[in-house]
Amino acid sequence: MDLTSTQSGAYSIVTVNAGRIDAAVAIQFKDAMRAQTSEGADHVILDLGQVTFIDSSGLGAIVAAMKQMGAGRKLDLAVLTPDVEKVFRLTRMNSIFTIHESLDALEQRQAG
Amino acid sequence: MHDAAHMAEFTLIASEDGVRLGLQQVRAFLEASGLGEDACGTAEIVLAEALNNVAEHAYQMRGVGDIDLTVGVDPDGIDFDIRDTGVAMPGLILPTGQLPAMDGPLDSMPEGGFGWFLIHSQTDILTYQREDGQNHLHMHLPRDGEVGGKDAHAL
Repeated sequence: MDLTSTQSGAYSIVTVNAGRIDAAVAIQFKDAMRAQTSEGADHVILDLGQVTFIDSSGLGAIVAAMKQMGAGRKLDLAVLTPDVEKVFRLTRMNSIFTIHESLDALEQRQAG
Repeated sequence: MHDAAHMAEFTLIASEDGVRLGLQQVRAFLEASGLGEDACGTAEIVLAEALNNVAEHAYQMRGVGDIDLTVGVDPDGIDFDIRDTGVAMPGLILPTGQLPAMDGPLDSMPEGGFGWFLIHSQTDILTYQREDGQNHLHMHLPRDGEVGGKDAHAL
């Protein structure tokens, strides 16, 4: 599971360089997130702009990634494609995360 | 223009790659049948949950075993018939598919239990039968996403 991290002000942005977070890669995703977020900013933004599909395993892995970051840290989501947004909305898990429409909006918020 | 019915059959291997390939093929078929992107997306997630269940529970994650899938598209909606020769559903009944509770603190958020909820909530027909050593799951997704009743503007 290919993840890349960049720092942007107070945030770490973790970009998922894969099209699917599904049963085939859920565990790898969770492990890769643990490696990317074990150090670094308290506030992490997960950039899902390249992800066009998640299933319930992928959803669970994203929740697990949030939980393994630990107390006092936050995992937001950004750039949900339509089918991914649908899974979060149908399961009501969209209420658990702050969801950013774009990374630009994030940078404006920091500058303002 | 008359909206024709379309049907196709697929045989999938019950492995992670087999399910991914099957979903890709079914999505292409649904799009070619004239189904819109939104409906294709809903159909793909529902089918993914059902196929993952067969691979994980009926064939117990062994990565082998055939899944026979029939897909039908017509003006009423999408039919999925899934047959496998894996172990039977516990108690021979469908899981109820209730959403897990989400009202606690963040560190208690559920990581599972969403799959059957997604299937139940997006289908208006959902049946399971065990017949001649085979599991047979039938799912019907209504065409315009109106689950639970006919709608005057549904066509």
